[in-house]
Amino acid sequence: MYLTADFLKRGFRPGGRHGLSSTESRDPIGLAVAGLNRLARSEVIDRLGLRRQAEQAVFTVTRNGFRTATAAGRQFARLGKRGAPGTHPAATRTSGLFDLTPTEDEQMLVDVVGEFAAEVVRPAAAEADAACAAPEALLRASLEIGLPILGVPEALGGISEDRSAMAGTLVAEALARGDMGLAVAALAPGSVATALGLWGTDAQQQTYLPAFTGDDVPAAALALTEPTVLFDPLSPATTARRDGDGYVLDGLKSAVVRGAEAELFVVGAQLDGRPVLFLVESSTEGLSVEADPSMGVRAASLTRLGLTGVRVPADAVLGDTDGTAYAECVRLSRLAWCALALGTGQAVLDYVTAYVNEREAFGEPISHRQAVAFMVADIAIELQAMRLVTYKAASRAARGEDFAREVALARSLCAEKGMRIGLDGVQLLGGHGFVKEHPVERWYRDLRAVGIMEGTVLV
Amino acid sequence: MINLETPRKHRTLIDQAHQVAMNMLRPISRTYDRDEHSYPKELDMLAAMIDGLAESGSAEGAGASGVRRDDRDDDSGGVRNGANLASVMSVAEMCWGDTGLLLSMPRQGLGNSAIASVATPEQQERYAGTWAAMAITEPSTGSDSASISTTARLDGDEYVINGEKIYVTSGERADSVVVWATLDKSLGRAAIKSFVVRKDNPGMKVERLEHKLGIRASDTAAITFTDCRVPAEDLLGSPEIDVKQGFAGAMATFDNTRPLVAAMAVGCARASLDLTRDLLAQAGVTVDYDRPAQVQSAAAATLLRLEADWEGAQLLTMQAAWMADNRKPNSLEASMAKAKAGRVGSAITLACVELAGSLGYSEVELLEKWSRDSKILDIFEGTQQIQLLIVARRLLGLTSAELR
Repeated sequence: MYLTADFLKRGFRPGGRHGLSSTESRDPIGLAVAGLNRLARSEVIDRLGLRRQAEQAVFTVTRNGFRTATAAGRQFARLGKRGAPGTHPAATRTSGLFDLTPTEDEQMLVDVVGEFAAEVVRPAAAEADAACAAPEALLRASLEIGLPILGVPEALGGISEDRSAMAGTLVAEALARGDMGLAVAALAPGSVATALGLWGTDAQQQTYLPAFTGDDVPAAALALTEPTVLFDPLSPATTARRDGDGYVLDGLKSAVVRGAEAELFVVGAQLDGRPVLFLVESSTEGLSVEADPSMGVRAASLTRLGLTGVRVPADAVLGDTDGTAYAECVRLSRLAWCALALGTGQAVLDYVTAYVNEREAFGEPISHRQAVAFMVADIAIELQAMRLVTYKAASRAARGEDFAREVALARSLCAEKGMRIGLDGVQLLGGHGFVKEHPVERWYRDLRAVGIMEGTVLV
Repeated sequence: MINLETPRKHRTLIDQAHQVAMNMLRPISRTYDRDEHSYPKELDMLAAMIDGLAESGSAEGAGASGVRRDDRDDDSGGVRNGANLASVMSVAEMCWGDTGLLLSMPRQGLGNSAIASVATPEQQERYAGTWAAMAITEPSTGSDSASISTTARLDGDEYVINGEKIYVTSGERADSVVVWATLDKSLGRAAIKSFVVRKDNPGMKVERLEHKLGIRASDTAAITFTDCRVPAEDLLGSPEIDVKQGFAGAMATFDNTRPLVAAMAVGCARASLDLTRDLLAQAGVTVDYDRPAQVQSAAAATLLRLEADWEGAQLLTMQAAWMADNRKPNSLEASMAKAKAGRVGSAITLACVELAGSLGYSEVELLEKWSRDSKILDIFEGTQQIQLLIVARRLLGLTSAELR
């Protein structure tokens, strides 16, 4: 009796799949409906011509769990002195004046990137979102404007004279005003190069940076996030175990940009109870990558990166093993996501400002109604508050000052208010906001990423 | 170069303000909250001290009159951190001490800011050292300040003022009152001018003092003007009715005073945050800035969110003042700062009462007081809704007839 009941219970429990909680149970009618559903999905009725077959996007093949190996990747020639300290950018200096004016160099970068965002990125955004991929030509163009070497010291072939957190923030903002997904795709290789500039040893810099400062820049990705609830980046479940002369990594990472193409990963893993960054080349055995299309930021081709017994050499550790470089990496990454929120938030504000002035209802533009106009005002106010708090964190980072608090505040604001901006952007367009004819629904999906992403990109 | 830290040159001033707020205002904060309408005599000493600081130059020109847009200074083309920034930072610090007492500070009234904003150089000199209150609101006219009905009629070389004003901060204590009155109601906004009326003028009478929700240390007077005669030279600015310029002259005051009120909200809210953070720490709850909010306690997550909103309000306020210092038009930014600081001031102080439970609600602590004090800061110098109207009209390019 008991056995039967137990068997039935397990057999009929629908939970754990299809977004059902594990406490759900089926009653007889539910069972009958589940059976009908199975029949409805069967190919038999299609063969009988009872239903038109929907075309499946190429991407759904990978969506359904198709796993592949990581890119074979290039051979990075081992150069430089192992263990010798690398060349790191110096902190910027302050005049002590409160000032909201970017430097001339920063302004020049913003102008160039802003033009690129408006003329190249925005027009490509909708299609890239649908395809879950950034156009090759766009990525190539992003290399030409110097994105990968923005955070690399001049001495190593880059363009930064000192810490580039402020410039990087302004650039990420300007790019995301075009599109967040494409911005993330374009910024990913530079994020890895910046990390190498900040924490790399001489050997690591000599080995890897020439690829980023040359003509054939590899796809590369920062892999900190993991697909678990209540994920805390400071306590990753991915582990690193000392093994002979090197380390063995095991775990699962998510939000890895263009994982299938990437040739170099920076992976966060727990070593002796502390989070540590590891450089992992894509050709290393034990890596697998799986497409992980998400709600938004789709143009960045987000993937999951599986690590099973991945063996890396002793000098794969990027930065220290006491968690300092790792924590800095998490903070700089949050800064990047805040900057992206600013750009996309600005895109929403620009768009709705024009829309509510053009759209008429009850014989006048809807902007003449306080209910509408006040929403626009609130978007502008919160966006500017987000911007100032983010800039404060960025300028502190560039000066080499502690910015843990400031970036936490920026992230809190950018996540909460940024999402609100996405929400109101759709609401202000009403039904038109819900359909893909307008970009606001994409921005709504993209802005949700800000409070969730850890790693992926940094400035 | 982008930098949003407290300006190096203002640090001493802010430290001084902090010490004054802590050692002079806090000890008498509850006393004058309970004892509404009694004059905080301690402030005379403090005012003398502030005057001394101003004389010595170490105040950086901060204070109510620090909002004057001074064109006489050299303009080397560099970035300036001047009196506007110094003023908002020191006002915030003083309101961290006590908002009601800051508003009662002799010679630091909003009327002083108005004089500083629109008076001619001769008038500046003549009113130096006066303590001026500000009288705009009327019993039937609040936010719609363009439709005030107090009149000023030119009679020989004097104006004759008639009307009733309410909500005049320090209306009884100040030496003079800056009164908004219309020269000709039919000409609309352009005809509204401000007048300095001295306290001893027999035509001016303080009718009563209000009993209020908060800022009880500060006097709020209702004043009547009955055939109140003031010398023509006490009309601030130009007596011409320039219909083209319209209301802009009178409203210019607000571009300067709104960041100050935003700063008050920022200072008051920081008092609540500082104490709540400490009380929570004593209870074993601290914010870990590096960990995601959702893996921390609800109290820590709330505190983090409040602090983030506070930081946004503070930086918007500093931005508006910085723009004034650098002679950039800042109407939009001043209203943004006022809107954000006004609403988060209330949200933060009320949330802190909740976090501290009945301890926060009780008069044992000052948290309940700060949550009463902060409410007015989302109302005077333009309510939240007025700020949103201003921001929206600017962004959308709409007139006040289109977006009402």
